[in-house]
Parts: sequence; structure tokens; C-alpha cells
Amino acid sequence: MTELKIIGKKVPRHDAIEKAFGLTCYADDFFMPGMLYGKVLRSQYPSAKIVSIDTSKAVRLKGVKAVLTAKDVPRNESVTRFGQTHAMGGGFEGLYRVLADKKVHFMGEAVALVAAETEEIAERALRMIHVEYQPLPCIFDPVEAMKPDTPQVEEGKPNIVTHFEVVKGEVEEGFAEADVIVEHTYRVPFVDHAYIEPESGLAWLDESGVINIRVSTQVIEHFRTVADVLDLPHNRVRVIGTYLGGGFGGKEDITVETFLALLTSRTGRPVKLTYTREESILSHSKRHPYVMIYKTGAKRDGRLTSLQAKLVSDAGAYVYLSPWVLLYSMVNAAGPYRIPHVRVDGYTVLTNNTFTSANRGFGAPQVCFAYESQMDELAKQLKMDPVEIRKINYLRKGETLATGQVLEHAVALRETTEKAFQAFGECTPGKGNLKIGRGIASGMTSYGRMIFLHDTSRSYVSIELDGSVTIRAGVQDIGGGQASSLCHIAAEVLGVPLEDIKVYIADTALTPLAGTTTATRQLYMSGNATLMAAREIRNTLLKKAGEMMKMDPQRLDLADKEVVDTQGSGKNLSLIDAVKACASDGLPLYHVGLFKAPFRNLTQYERIEGQVFPDFTFGTHAAEVAVDEETGEIQVLKLIACFDVGRAINPSSVEGQLEGGAIYGMGYGLMEEVIMEKGVTLTPSFSEYLLPTSMDVPDVETILIESGEGVGPFGAKGVGEPSVCSVAPAICNAVYDAIGVRIYDLPLTPEKIVKAIKEK
Amino acid sequence: MNGKKQTGKEVVLKINGKEEKVFCQPGETLLYVLRNRLYRTEVKEGCGKGDCGACTVLLDGVPVDACLVLAYQAEGKEILTVKGLGTPKNIHPLQKIFIENGSIQCGFCIPGQLLSAKALLEKKPRPSREEIKRAISGNLCRCTGYKKIIEAIEEASEKISHQ
Repeated sequence: MTELKIIGKKVPRHDAIEKAFGLTCYADDFFMPGMLYGKVLRSQYPSAKIVSIDTSKAVRLKGVKAVLTAKDVPRNESVTRFGQTHAMGGGFEGLYRVLADKKVHFMGEAVALVAAETEEIAERALRMIHVEYQPLPCIFDPVEAMKPDTPQVEEGKPNIVTHFEVVKGEVEEGFAEADVIVEHTYRVPFVDHAYIEPESGLAWLDESGVINIRVSTQVIEHFRTVADVLDLPHNRVRVIGTYLGGGFGGKEDITVETFLALLTSRTGRPVKLTYTREESILSHSKRHPYVMIYKTGAKRDGRLTSLQAKLVSDAGAYVYLSPWVLLYSMVNAAGPYRIPHVRVDGYTVLTNNTFTSANRGFGAPQVCFAYESQMDELAKQLKMDPVEIRKINYLRKGETLATGQVLEHAVALRETTEKAFQAFGECTPGKGNLKIGRGIASGMTSYGRMIFLHDTSRSYVSIELDGSVTIRAGVQDIGGGQASSLCHIAAEVLGVPLEDIKVYIADTALTPLAGTTTATRQLYMSGNATLMAAREIRNTLLKKAGEMMKMDPQRLDLADKEVVDTQGSGKNLSLIDAVKACASDGLPLYHVGLFKAPFRNLTQYERIEGQVFPDFTFGTHAAEVAVDEETGEIQVLKLIACFDVGRAINPSSVEGQLEGGAIYGMGYGLMEEVIMEKGVTLTPSFSEYLLPTSMDVPDVETILIESGEGVGPFGAKGVGEPSVCSVAPAICNAVYDAIGVRIYDLPLTPEKIVKAIKEK
Repeated sequence: MNGKKQTGKEVVLKINGKEEKVFCQPGETLLYVLRNRLYRTEVKEGCGKGDCGACTVLLDGVPVDACLVLAYQAEGKEILTVKGLGTPKNIHPLQKIFIENGSIQCGFCIPGQLLSAKALLEKKPRPSREEIKRAISGNLCRCTGYKKIIEAIEEASEKISHQ
């Protein structure tokens, strides 16, 4: 292919245009005639036996059309599969109940469902359902929950869901060789996704009895699970994904889909169900809190010798994605560093807290906070520059992670670190109580799913008789430009302007299945599938055009809706004429690209070895902070994100991801925490759960490095999740630089800073 | 409320320059009536408590959370939603620059951001960056980190004041 025409250019996204005029319909914006409103009755106890449920009063209330409890769910115990088609086993697939049966495991667990003519009636009906609970002993601390003789969250099963290990060399040998050793315990909190659009969906039965669910989801392929729960064939449930008002991993698990399917199937009427903000915070998944004991040793010259870590993650009351999140943490636990001896033990443990699952970064930000804090602590002990100690130890292309995975592509960390640091510019002067400090942190985050999931994606591309292009892909667009990047790719390959491309997304009945919009995988997977499909059509067109122009197709290119002779004969053919000629010859003007990620099976589950991910994205965050020594308030003055993005398909979207990710990470570092006390969420609204506002943010500076070595289309890497990973430790390191106090648990609230200064 | 039968009434709401009659109950918020009775779904609901700003509309030019205003209170006032700001054929500079600058990701907060920005620029055509930040401080955004939104408002203020 000749030089790139659209790829790499800052171009407005089609969805941005629609959204700016208020034209986009999100899940809650749909209405249907005869529509009922669904509501969920939720547990008031973190652990209790359900003695009885009396729904008789609620059922009799005028306007109530259905009241459902566990006994109404055909298959109430379901296995969480998360959209993948390859069965895993090995403890990865946690059982969960759609509606609590005999026992509740956490506050906010769904106990009963109501559908009624209005929301008010549905709410009133909830209050009329009488549930008799008998409180049971609870356990809230995951470290306690690991001990024998503590209450079991799931009767007859140990609280420890998973134990993984990573072993390389002999850590004790490594520590014996070390000149300095640092050891600390780090803690990170529960975090809410806080998408501005709460969970929502609308379901209806069509004339053939198929359950249609239009929903805000990152995974339309939950249609299989919904069908299994209702004991229906998979092809009798259709999921249509809307453009999402944010996902961040919180719409990766099923939210309202099964509830809607049950209610619409029982009433025969359309049902809408939208969570309140409080319900979203109380009952849906959170980012895993971790307790992380880290010990790292280094030689006097800065070379790392040994790293030992023990990770304990709080899975909450149901397994969900906890083992998978932990597995990501295991691979990331030693960071992007060359360390001869590594041992990591990871546990994920059930408690009676709200369940935890995917959240942007998926286990990587937790361990990054620990290993990047350790790097700065080592630098201090060794009186080295934090940049220098990292540069000495960064892995290079061709080297291996502690798990044995070879880094086959560019590892641009030296460059990202240098550029991020240089971008600081002049230091802001301190004043009185205001102390200024600078910190950096680097990270690695995978993009693409774990290769033993045998991940695939499909994308259909066709060219119409007028030269316009249609894409159909089961891609969920969560706001990152997942759909528009497919348009960019097709436009590039087929030489048509962006406005001539229409993409239809996220419909299990009509769009080829493209897998989940999770794991920073959509550009990599569906981008490649679209590229394959578009290239197939391009080849058909160029071959035909070559015949028509009596030229070798090799010298032809597609640009501006023309077939162009690249050798400058000036003889061009209109794209439409080439399309028409192909159509009249019966040549296929469509193609379904099927992209397969590398596949590999796990030979055993406990010890993590060998290649786990297709590739990683590497980057560095640099933060300059002002800390008020009196009030403990931290202001981030500068925040720089420098990443090797492989290739920026649309630099505007890439910058957007890095800017938004940096602030998402800043919230994690400074203010965000779902506070749970004895299983009760004390932060059920945005006036208690604080996320960054426009007043809190610095102008994030983004620096894109394009190694061209990603495994995505045109050498792109994924950036959605990597963009969050190393912000919190960069800020924490900057705070240390400012006031000489190190905090070991996030978030860095003013209270903790003031307390730590006093104890200095 | 108190078990008594509610008595609603018809109110006239002037939305984006057009008067619309709608029957509503005394306790219904402007947000509820706009979305559920008039299907003005361009006004988004993010929390229903005045914490997130997604439902921001302009009432006589003043940004308010529609979830905190009763529909009755909006009678006789000019209500502006994002669809009244501009259309694809008659685009407002704020919308144009938000699109071109990559200020929109998931887009759920954008109607509110645009209206808060519009109110600011009406009051203060050339605001400082700090004033821009303050004007949208009630509009939470989880995707963008605000930078491209702030930049776009700044750029729009230059464009508009040069017109």
C-alpha cells in the first residue's frame, strides 16, 4: 500500500457528530407501546438466610404485572462465561445466582423482580414484598477470610477462590545478592466505574417469540447466558447494543439483561429497567481492593536482583471475573523489569462485600501502584535518580517476563520515560505551606484477551453499487471510538471518504459476532477483521479494474473513489464503474473477515507460565504536584502521559483515551473510594463518592510514540486500559518528593497526608 | 403522596422556542416530564439528585439540573435543550468545535456540557480558563479528563467573539 491517506489523521468521528446534536439514543432513551417498568428488590443484609418471601400483597397491587423470585428462574445457577466461546474450567468460571435463593451473600444482591405499569407502582410493589431474613455471620476482610474457621461466604466451599503463582529462580538467592531490600504492604480500595449513564435496557418479545434486549452493554454475547438461564435455545435471545454512556469494565458482566428477559417473558410485554445511581453503586461490580506485600532487592548499581510479592484480592460475594483479574495482576506483578528471581503468590478471596470484577486496567493498576512505589523506595535507598534506576532495569524487546513470555515487539519504555520527564519543563515554585514534588511511574498493560480464550472477531464489509461502504460488526461502542475506527480502516483500504461509510454495530441477530469490548481488544481484533475484509474487496476491485484498464493490478491504488494508476499514466477509472463491473460479473463485493488471536491452551492452572497475552502497551506517567502541608490537600499541577501507541489510527481518539485515562487514574490516586463498612456502602452517590471534576484536573499532556510494532491494524496497539495504569504511583512518588512522606494506601486523601506528616 | 389522589394539570412549556402543552403531576420534575412525557431524550439522566449535571438545561439562559426543578416551576420560562442549541444544518460554534476537537467520547455528559458552556459565553464572551472550568464544574465527565472540553469552549469563545 502507498502512503496512508486517512490513518494517522485527526478526523471527527461520526458518533461525535450525532452526540453533539443530542441525536444518539442511549439505552434509557427508548420507549415502546405498552411498556412496563422493571425494578429489583435487593438484600438489606450482607449475609442472611432467606426464611421466607411473601409476595402476595405486591402481586395484588393494581398495575403490577409480575413479581418474580428465585423459584421463577428456570436455571437460577449460571456459570459466568463473559462472552468467550472457549470453555475454560479450572475455577475460572464462577457460579452465580440470578436471584438470591435461600441465602443472600451481600447487601444489594437481587432477591426479587417486579414489572408494573409505572415506576412508582413498581417501587411501591417492592416495599410490599415481605422477606424474612435470619442474619448469618459475615466476613469482610479478605485476609481474615483466608483463615480457617472463619464464616464461609458460600457454604461448604473455601473462601479462597483461586491461588496462582509465578516462580522464576530462587527469590532467597536473589535477596542474598542484594545490597538493599525494601519491603512494604500496599493497599488499594474498592472503586466504582462511575459511568455517567447508569445500567439500562429495554426488552420485548417479537412476533416469533424471540426475546429482544436492547441494552447498554460491553458484551452483546451474553445472549447465550441469558438463553441458558431461561432454558431457551441460544438463537431465541437477541441482544442489541446501544452506544454506551461509558463502560470501563462495569458493563462487561451482565447487568439488567437477565432480569429483563425474565420479566418480558413472564408478562409478554416490553419492559424497561434502568438502575438508579444508588443501585448502581450499591449492587454492581467494583474494582478489586488488594492487599499487596512487596519485597524488592537491588544491587548497589541499581540492578534488581529479586522480587517477592503476595497479593490478596477481595472478590466480594460472587466470583465473577476475580480469577481473571488476578491472573492479569500476576503477569504484571513484577512490572516491565528484568529481575532474575521472582516469586508472586496471588489469592482472590470471597467476602460478604459487594462483588468485584472488571474495571479499566483489570488488575494492572493495583500492582503497578506497588511495584512503582518500590522502585522509588529503592532509588531513595540507593541515592539514585528514579528515572535512572528504571532505565537500568527496563526489559528490552526480545527479553522475557517473569512468566517466561517473550516480549516480541517494541518496548519503548526508555523513550517514554525520557520524553515524559523532559515534558515537565520548568518546576513550579513552591510557596509557604505549598511544597512541590515530581514523580514518574511506568507500566505495562496487555491489550487483547488471554490467548487461552481462543479469541476471534468477525467483521463484514461490503461496497454498494454507488461506491458507498457498509460495515456490519458486533462491536459494542463504549465511547472510545470503537465503531469509528473501523470506518477509518475501511476508508483507508477502499479509498472512499469517511462520510461514505456506514457502520452498523452490536446486534447478535444481524452483525457478525466481534467479541467483547473489553480487554482493550476491539481495535486489535475487530480492526484486523475489518482490515482483512476490506482488503479482500480491494483485491477484487483492483483485479477487475486491471482487466478493464489493461494494467497490472499491482500498479493500481484506490483513492478518492477512483482506481488510480500509481505509475502516473493519468488513466484512472471511477470506483463506481469498477464496482458495477464486478457486480455484473457476479464477483463478491462483500467479505466477512475472521481474525483469530494467537491460541494456546493452559497446561495447568495454578502456576502462570509462558505466553499469556498477544502483546503489551508500555508507557510512562509523570506528575508534578503541590502539597499543602497544613491541610494535606494535593493539587496535580502537571500530568504527562507518554505512550508507545504503535500507530495512532485517529490521533484525536488516542489522545482522548490517554487524557481520560490519566484523569481516571488520578481519581484512583487521589479521591475515589467506595467505602464499605461491615458490608454497607457508605458512599452511594456522587456527593459521597467523589470523582474528578473540571476544577480538579490539570491539562493532561499526551506524547504519542509510534513504533509501528503493535499487533493491531497498521501496527496499532491498544491504549484504553494502559492509559490508567501508572498514574496513581506517579502521583504518590511526586507527593514523596514534595514532602518526604510516603503513603502506602490509596487514595491519597488530605487526612492521610496530614496524619503522615505528623507521624514523620 | 399522603395516599391522596393527585390532581395534575396541563402546563405549557416553551422548549427550544416552541410551546408544548403537557399534562403533569405536581411532584414531577422537569427532567421526568421532558424525558417521559415529551420524549425529549436529548436531556440525559445520570443520577436524579443534582450530582452529575447530565440533565442540564437552560431556564431563561441559566443552567439548571432538570432533575431538581419541578415541571410546574418551568412554566413561562424559556427552556433550551441541546437540540435547541443547533442542528446539523444550523450548527452552533460550540457543537462544531466539540466535534472537530475530539471533545466527545461516550457523549452522555455532552448535552449538559454544551449548555453550561453556552450559558457561560452568553454571560462572559471571553472567559478565562479558570472561569470555563468553574462553569462546567457541575457537569461530570468520566471519559475525557475534561481537557478537550475546556479547550473547545475556549476556542469557541474566540470564534464567537470574532463573529
